[in-house]
Amino acid sequence: MDTVFAPATGALSWMWLLIALPLAGATVLLLLGRRADRWGHLLGTATVGAAFVLGLVFFLQLSGLPDDARSATLDLFTFVESGSLNISAGLLFDPLSAVFVLLITGVGFLIHVYAIGYMSHDEGRRRFFAFFNLFVAAMLLLVLGDNYVMMFVGWEGVGVASYLLISFWFNRPSAATAGKKAFLANRVGDAGFLIAIFLMFASFGSTDFQTVFNGTAANNLASGTVLAIGLFLLLGACGKSGQFPLQTWLPDAMEGPTPVSALIHAATMVTAGVYLIARSHPIFSANETAQLVVVSIGALTLLIGCVIGCAKDDIKRVLAYSTVSQIGYMFLAVGLGGAAYALGIIHLLAHGFFKAGLFLGAGSVMHGMNDQVDIRRFGGLWKYMKSTWFTFLLGYLAIIGLPPLSGFFTKDPIILAAFNREGWQGWVFGGAALLGAGLTAFYMTRLFILTFHGPKRWTDDIEHPHESPAIMTIPLWILAVGSVAAGGLMSTSVVNWLTPVFGHTEHHEEKMSHWTATGLTMALVVLGVVIAFLLFRRGTALAEQPARTHIVRAARQNLYADRFNELVLELPGRLLTRALVWVDNRGVDGVVNGLAAAVGGGSARLRRSQTGFVRSYALSILSGAVVVVAALLVVTFG
Amino acid sequence: MTPTYYLVLAAALFTIGAVGVLVRRNAIVVFMCVELMLNAANLTLVTFSRINGTLDGQIMSFFVMVVAAAEVVIGLAIIMSIYRSRRSASVDDANLLKY
Amino acid sequence: MNLLADALASGTVTTGEAVTFWILAPIALGGAIGMVLARSAVHSALLLACTMLSLGVLYMLQSGPFIGFVQIIVYTGAIMMLFLFVIMLVGRDSRDSLLETLRGQRLAAIGLGIGMALLLCTGLARGIGSVTAVGLDEANANGNVQGIAADLFTKYVFAFEVTSALLITAAVGAMLLAHVERRKGDRPGQKELSRLRFRKGNYPGPKAGPGVFATSDSVATPALLPDGTESERSISPVVPVRELTPAEAAPKGTDGGKRK
Repeated sequence: MDTVFAPATGALSWMWLLIALPLAGATVLLLLGRRADRWGHLLGTATVGAAFVLGLVFFLQLSGLPDDARSATLDLFTFVESGSLNISAGLLFDPLSAVFVLLITGVGFLIHVYAIGYMSHDEGRRRFFAFFNLFVAAMLLLVLGDNYVMMFVGWEGVGVASYLLISFWFNRPSAATAGKKAFLANRVGDAGFLIAIFLMFASFGSTDFQTVFNGTAANNLASGTVLAIGLFLLLGACGKSGQFPLQTWLPDAMEGPTPVSALIHAATMVTAGVYLIARSHPIFSANETAQLVVVSIGALTLLIGCVIGCAKDDIKRVLAYSTVSQIGYMFLAVGLGGAAYALGIIHLLAHGFFKAGLFLGAGSVMHGMNDQVDIRRFGGLWKYMKSTWFTFLLGYLAIIGLPPLSGFFTKDPIILAAFNREGWQGWVFGGAALLGAGLTAFYMTRLFILTFHGPKRWTDDIEHPHESPAIMTIPLWILAVGSVAAGGLMSTSVVNWLTPVFGHTEHHEEKMSHWTATGLTMALVVLGVVIAFLLFRRGTALAEQPARTHIVRAARQNLYADRFNELVLELPGRLLTRALVWVDNRGVDGVVNGLAAAVGGGSARLRRSQTGFVRSYALSILSGAVVVVAALLVVTFG
Repeated sequence: MTPTYYLVLAAALFTIGAVGVLVRRNAIVVFMCVELMLNAANLTLVTFSRINGTLDGQIMSFFVMVVAAAEVVIGLAIIMSIYRSRRSASVDDANLLKY
Repeated sequence: MNLLADALASGTVTTGEAVTFWILAPIALGGAIGMVLARSAVHSALLLACTMLSLGVLYMLQSGPFIGFVQIIVYTGAIMMLFLFVIMLVGRDSRDSLLETLRGQRLAAIGLGIGMALLLCTGLARGIGSVTAVGLDEANANGNVQGIAADLFTKYVFAFEVTSALLITAAVGAMLLAHVERRKGDRPGQKELSRLRFRKGNYPGPKAGPGVFATSDSVATPALLPDGTESERSISPVVPVRELTPAEAAPKGTDGGKRK
């Protein structure tokens, strides 16, 4: 099947506005400075809202096109032209992009609205909204680019914006460090992505999606090259999406303001990796090994996220690890290939809703509790913040996959698809996904009960927790509605909608029936919920308890991932730097300074011959005279 | 005996004067040694005048005397003023122009 | 004069000239060596004058009566007297110490001097060891002074005139260097001296005489102030402070042993 993109027509030729609007917002907010302080947040929200409306219009336009021509490319200008390398700044609007555009602008808009309330007391609100707009613009460029270089531009823009947002409170050392950590981890992935782009250019002479996909489909490429491209793309995706082994930056990114966490974790940044793999599906489909690696990484990461999530007491960090784990599900899905690509995407969409809701709910709880993040110091909050409690409950039920909420419709098919993989792999990956579902139910129940139920364990300075203002609760309600309804609505429609992108897939023999898988999952979920309920019904200790088992100790240490990075990556680097500094100081500088010191010392010693005693000078004159006379005699008579 | 003996005598006197400049510290004595060297040069000029049979050497030596007179006047004045400011006529004491 | 000229104005060396040379050359050499070695500047000057007189005679011996007399009159008479005047003004009490302060200077100077002398003598011996002199008989035919004058005012007239500029410059320069201008107010008058005496911090009374209150009446022994400390002001700055040894400070027993 050849991939052919049709040129944009009608309203779709205005799709550059999608990127231009938030970008213009960011530019205006950053350039106007303090003058925009009073209305900056409104402008920032308005641009994203307008982009959402535009995205909706384009979506309708696209859906009006016939099935086989449901795509639109728009060539803006030539971006790079150098020899045979010719990269145009082109945009592509196809069903996959459309889904992402709607998610980014829709959820992004709700988070913007929420942030108006959340950041109302912050001095840097205008700057915050500028970075927010920049982030949305970069993310839209990422999903709209019609070649890998344009995608990479957006990719890097997202990296920059995330750095700016995570270390938004840059006067906190922890936030500044978290920003740097995210940036560095992303650089590792970006290097992989770049190498993949180089490989594509070397193999196909172009980085256009169309050329690359058709070239891969033509199957005249060494499978090693396809595997390399796939694995390097996967490295890039892991960096952006916080997958193993680059997952450590994601929980630390919680140092940013809560809306940032919601935006990064739910709607935009972390989904970039999933988008990259879904977009590059012809490459991954062409190579079994690459797919297997993707699936393994997804399965491993979802377990890592679940295990660490059980051990954390920081409300945002639990959610962060739950993100890691949910993205793991999406990787698992897109790695399985075939029909599961669409499953990954719909899980991504559902996750966008319920995770955004959960994060914003957590932010709302923090807002009412003097920025307390420790779930051991919450409890019994349901009475005081009813809206937050109820929307959080819906998000919680959605994430654990309780029917008929969205998680059920999106997660269960993934588990089923994992089981249906051939041979032993099906049992391993399916088992991992199943176990992950149970663990998710456990830690999310723990989080929910400790936060909203049980006895009050508040710190002394909190008299009366208050519900957040309407501007914050309304987005929560909308997202909660999304969490409830999205799954059921999307489970078939979106799959059909994405068919032009991923193609039809034939159903092969199923190892496990739909109902068996659902039953198993439900059983484990209920088990997790019940265990958590029994354990945390009466609250928990206020301080950290000594870990009795190795698994708890390891989970509290993030499964030693940070320790591993420090020992294996940071320490040799640091030693190398120290050695280089030593060489620089002693060797390079030593030569330079030594030369200067030698000249200086020599001159200082030579200077001593200028004693000031005129008789010494006379002695040298006489010596000279003797030498001259001797030379004269030698020349004359010699 | 030939006139060369005069030249040898002049060489000896010149050398003595040079050594005197190097070993004596009293500026006036040093100056006298310089005068001795000038006189040795004069002796060679007069002797060469005789050997060559022209009077140019004697005239040259006359000029040397004139220059020596001028030089002595200035030199002694300098010694005087140094002595006045530093209370010393030793050439080693005037060693400020150094490293 | 004629006699001297006749006897000596030959290109060849006569016996008389040789005898004179051999008498005067040692005197000149001795004077020169003595000048370098003499510790007193006055002695140096006198020995140099001796050398210069000998050289003057040697000039005359070599058919140069004019230059010989100029040597005696200008050099010995004028320049050396100038030296003596300056010595009188400045260097009379400043005898050179025999200690050499520059390490190796003396040894190097003597070594280099001997080397220089040997080199010059070698050169002379090999170059003009056996030359025969032309003699100035012809040049001095009309008299030495006339011959010099003829050259000086024709061939060297420009250089001769330039020497006048040199001499006048030297005279003016010497005046500038030696002259110290002092205005009328520079010297403190009685008023200023009184003010100085009674200024704050100065003790206006007479200084304690040396030896007063001291066990020793030497002028080098400082006076004792009422608090027992020694007064620096009581002794002359040129007299070095003398520390008494315990033996000297002990009672001399001049009181007939009454204080025992």
